[in-house]
This record gives sequence, structure tokens and C-alpha cells, in this order.
Amino acid sequence: MIWYGIVISGILNFLTKFLSLTYFDTSKMSPRVKQILSYVPSAVFPAIIFPGILIDTNGLIDFENNPKILASIIAVIIGVLSKNILATIFAGLAAYWYLIFI
Amino acid sequence: MNKKLNLFLKGIVDVLPLLIPVVPFGIILGAIGIELGFTPLETFATSFIIFGGASQIVFLQLFSGGASSLITITSTFVVNSRHLLYGASLSEYLNKLSLSWKILLSYLLTDQAYAVSNIYFEKNKSNELKHYYLLGSGFILWFVWQIFTIVGIFLGSIVPEELGLSYTIPLTFISLLVGYFRKFDHLLIILLSGCLSIALYNAPLKSYIILSSFTALVVAFILILLKKGPRK
Repeated sequence: MIWYGIVISGILNFLTKFLSLTYFDTSKMSPRVKQILSYVPSAVFPAIIFPGILIDTNGLIDFENNPKILASIIAVIIGVLSKNILATIFAGLAAYWYLIFI
Repeated sequence: MNKKLNLFLKGIVDVLPLLIPVVPFGIILGAIGIELGFTPLETFATSFIIFGGASQIVFLQLFSGGASSLITITSTFVVNSRHLLYGASLSEYLNKLSLSWKILLSYLLTDQAYAVSNIYFEKNKSNELKHYYLLGSGFILWFVWQIFTIVGIFLGSIVPEELGLSYTIPLTFISLLVGYFRKFDHLLIILLSGCLSIALYNAPLKSYIILSSFTALVVAFILILLKKGPRK
């Protein structure tokens, strides 16, 4: 089952790029479509981020005693200030380790 | 021959700074795959066959969380759909290439390779060999991603669970949004999608990623329409 999933996802990912490279042309595409596609990261990634922070290993929402919340807020602040991907990841991880180990 | 090699190397050199985050991300992905219970070969196959960091993490997470194949594949596709923009935007430069070149370059096309190649192509429209630049930038990213996935696969079995490595998943995605937090309409979409994903987390078949992404995109579309104002 897993191998079917990997192969089909791989083919779909490839086709997304291949078909758009071959048949679409942004110079002929409506600017609206381009604008909507530019929102894809902002619409998709939070649906991975929020549950990753707020849902515990038992699948329940965990607001109290959850060091990931504060660590993530610190990561966002560092991210906004530095605009640097690595700094954001390391700030969040450092804050998280500080909160759980010290 | 020399010109081709020079362009290939220039593509490699220009994309190097963007590869810095790819190294830890690849390690995280390899380690996460092992932590979630996939075999080394399955984890590596996602890097080789799917080849898209964000979508691979979604794939591994949903599959191990018991989502159906259809939901896993659809969610992975939704995460990847931004590549539509990349292919479409490069097609005016590459549509004269042969089929085999298009297949190769499509496979190697990533966020980072797109970012540098788009700039280079705009400045060198008339250069008949410019696709070697994309080949270089695409290839080096592919190579680094495969190598560090393998490094992560080995580290994953060594790193203790107490370190909370799985927390690096949301962190990595936060870092991919750093360019958007300052824009008010993007911030709105980010918060909306995030809150929806929590509210819908227990929706059947682990469909929360698709449902919240899609709703947020519809709202983004409405925002675009409102910003432009009614058509005259």
C-alpha cells in the first residue's frame, strides 16, 4: 500500500510540474490565477503547523503545559525579525529544549 | 561544450545559499520517517520518487496516522500544487526544448531552483543554452536532498525520542512562511487555515489538511476580489 502511495504521489508531483511546464504559460495566464497560487503556502502550511503544535500524541488538543506554544511564538518572532529560515528553526528548537530540559 | 558546463556550474553556484536550509530539512525528513515507523528504503523512496520536502512530510505523517491512501495522496498533491506556478512561469523559456529535456527538468524543478532560474532566464532570454543553468541548480539541490535524507535516516535511529524531533516538523513549516507573516492578508489566511485545522482535526479520514487549505484558499480568492474592487 505504501509503495502505491509513494509512486502515485511521485507521479502526481511530477505531472504538476511537467504539464504546467509544457501546456501552461503564465504570459497567457490570468493574473488572478497567479495571485491565488501565491496564497497556496499561506493556506496549506498552517494546517500542518497548528496541529503539530497543539495536538498531543493522543490526538487531543493540548493548550496547558504545552512548551511548543511558547517555543513557536518565539520562532515566529525571530522569523519575522530575521526573515531567515535557519534562524527561525534554531530559535524555536532552542526555546523548546530550554523549556523542557531546564 | 564548455559553455554548457559553465552554465551548469553557474546554476550550481547561484543556488548554493538557498541550499543551507535544505541540509537540516533533509536530515529532519530522514529522521522523522524512521521515527514514524517507516523503513529506511521507504523513507528514502519518498525523497527519490516524490521529491518535495513539504509534501513528503505530509505524506509520511498522514500515512503513519492511519489516513486512507486517497486522502494521503490528495493532501500531498494539495501541498505540491504551488509547483503549477513554477512550471507555468518557466514554460515561456523552455517550451522549445525536446520532450526528454522537459521530463528531466520537470523532475528537478523545486522552489529553490525555480527562484534562481527565473531570475537568470529573465536576464538571458536569448541564450539558447540557458536550460543548462536550471539543470545545474536543479541537480545540485536534488543531490544534496538525497544525501541528507540518507544522513537523517541513519541519525534517526540514533537520536533519542526525548529530544522531541517531531516538533521540528511544525517549526520547519513556520520557517517556510517567514516571508509572509508581515503581509496582513497572508497573516489572515495563515490564522484562518491554522484555526480551521484544529477545529476540523477530528474530521473523518484525516481530511483536515485538505478542508482547511481549501477553505483558506477560497477566502484568499474573495480577498483578492475585494482588494481589486468590482470589475468595471
